[in-house]
Amino acid sequence: MIQIEKLCKRYDDAVVVDDVSMVIEPRSITTIVGTSGSGKSTLLRMINRLVEPTSGRVLIDGNDTTAEPAHLLRRRIGYAIQGLGLFPHRTVADNIATVPQLLGWTQDRIDERVTELLQLFQLEPATYAAKFPHELSGGQQQRVGVARALAAKPNVLLMDEPFGALDPIIRTKAQDDLLGVQRKLGTTVILVTHDIDEAFRLGHRVAVMSQGRLLQHDRPEALITHPADPFVSQLIGADDKALKLLSLIHAGAAAAPGSVEGPAVPSTASLRDVLAELLWRGATGANVTAGDGALAGHITLASILARGRAPA
Amino acid sequence: MQIATAASRIDPLGALLTATGALALWLLPLVVFKANRIMPGEAQSLLALLPAWASVVVSITLSLVALVALLGRDPRLRLFTALAGIAILTLALAHGADLLTPAGNRVFRVAPGSGFWIVLMALGLLATDALTRLEPGPLARVAILAVFLVATVLALGSGLFDDLSIMREYAVNATRFAQEARRHLLLALGSLLAAVIVALPLGVACHREPRLRAGMLGTLNLVQSIPSIELFGILMAPLAALALAVPALASLGVSGIGAAPAAIALFLYSLLPIVANTVVGLGRVPAATVDAARGMGLTAWQVLREVELQLALPTILTGIRIVLVQNIGMVTIAALIGGGGFGAFVFQGIGQTAIDLVLLGAIPTIVLAFSAAVVLDALTDLTRRVPR
Repeated sequence: MIQIEKLCKRYDDAVVVDDVSMVIEPRSITTIVGTSGSGKSTLLRMINRLVEPTSGRVLIDGNDTTAEPAHLLRRRIGYAIQGLGLFPHRTVADNIATVPQLLGWTQDRIDERVTELLQLFQLEPATYAAKFPHELSGGQQQRVGVARALAAKPNVLLMDEPFGALDPIIRTKAQDDLLGVQRKLGTTVILVTHDIDEAFRLGHRVAVMSQGRLLQHDRPEALITHPADPFVSQLIGADDKALKLLSLIHAGAAAAPGSVEGPAVPSTASLRDVLAELLWRGATGANVTAGDGALAGHITLASILARGRAPA
Repeated sequence: MQIATAASRIDPLGALLTATGALALWLLPLVVFKANRIMPGEAQSLLALLPAWASVVVSITLSLVALVALLGRDPRLRLFTALAGIAILTLALAHGADLLTPAGNRVFRVAPGSGFWIVLMALGLLATDALTRLEPGPLARVAILAVFLVATVLALGSGLFDDLSIMREYAVNATRFAQEARRHLLLALGSLLAAVIVALPLGVACHREPRLRAGMLGTLNLVQSIPSIELFGILMAPLAALALAVPALASLGVSGIGAAPAAIALFLYSLLPIVANTVVGLGRVPAATVDAARGMGLTAWQVLREVELQLALPTILTGIRIVLVQNIGMVTIAALIGGGGFGAFVFQGIGQTAIDLVLLGAIPTIVLAFSAAVVLDALTDLTRRVPR
């Protein structure tokens, strides 16, 4: 668990982060979203003390982060940024091995870990370990950047616009990869983005920041149904709130027992996708299938419409 | 159309060098003969001097070199013929000198004429051009340099060239030559080493502190703009006063003239290129790379040593190369104030109007500067693992 308590950062007269307090649950993904200059990156960088707070404190699992030298703290926290910052003069394997080497792991253990991570990120070790970053595509570099951040098995991973430089298709793939890896490893991820769709797609919790202040920190659905501030509604957008809400619910979670006449949809599809499928086929209901293809229940058009309605 | 095709097959550089060489052979002497070392030379025809068979060999070889230079495509063939041309030309010169010198006479001098130098330069350019086209790797370039240097030393040591005027000067000055060579290298490398030790931290500080950068680079630029003779002059008075005031320093060799002001001036000149290139090199390191390095838990010292300096190293080495080549040349001037080095021969030769003695100082300086450039270029390439 990460506790951020009354955190402030001032540069001369400018207040960049203004009295932010929040609690981040372990093994979850929290996205921090805001416009540029909202203080979201500074907030993130105060967690691993790349920026020292003017006042307030950060506790990780109950321990004050100022209790140890900053560079030792940072070795326990994963860090991935936009533009990646891969070391251009080192191979992919050496880049990934950076933190394990700093921590003094044995070479055998480092080699094993590098191979494991390359496989996890679908980069064939025999082909990619010895390559230099400039020999990789943008998407591959991005995966190496995240693999490097996860190398020493940190409990916490900080990401600052990690997918900002990717084109839309690779970006979606990178987001899926991150969701998969996080589910598998149970890492606590804090991700800064200016893209509200990315924040909703990835975050179990979304924190909205503006002008240094934390406006709302809640589940994505709650941001849509109960925005705490006009800026939050404005950021989410007025026109497609219902569709955003539907995109947050998986078909598996909304399915009722039994079956209907209609197309089959996977349980991982969002209700937004199911709605689109029903509209396209002119159907009024769909059968939800589990990962193994077995029937998991059904969804009717009416139930989808009901879930998109504004709360009373 | 056919003429155009034929013309396009002619190598432009080869054509220029062939024309230059041919003109030099036609108009200028290959050998000059002097009654003694300070007399102006009297032109001699090398081909008329040599036995008939040797003249034929020289003519045919040079014609073949010209043919390959004009039409040859394979760089290895071009290199081989250019080197063969150099070998034949120098051997012919040595043999000619042997024939011209009366047995046992130590006063007559036979020296290469202007024609020889121009043809040698054309052949050298041809060989260099062929080498460039072969695109050898950094280690191969150093190896080629080593072979060239060893071959030159062996050829000069073989005795074949002993009748040439420069070698006569060398024979008289052999002990001093070794001393001045040591002194030359010591001054050039010592001032470089001292400059690196001072300039690297200065460069890092300038990179970190923009306010320091402007002032520091401005000051060093000013130093750089002072002509070397003036800088020697400026240093004379304070150093002489210092030596007078602190006898301990004087006993260490510090004085208004000699090696001390030379070393200090070279050191001062060396600072700007190294500081400036360090600043530029560090400035080119991507900000995200430094941020990621810090974010992963490298200490400030580790970020500097393992990331910033390593990425800036090729640029810094380029600065060091400039300084080393510049120093090797400038040490020559230091001889004016008693700093020693090959310049001592140059100025002594000018004083005596003995051009051979001037060359005894000048040629090793050029070879030294050239070798330093090749070695440091190779080093720069080896450290540049990231394409620009």
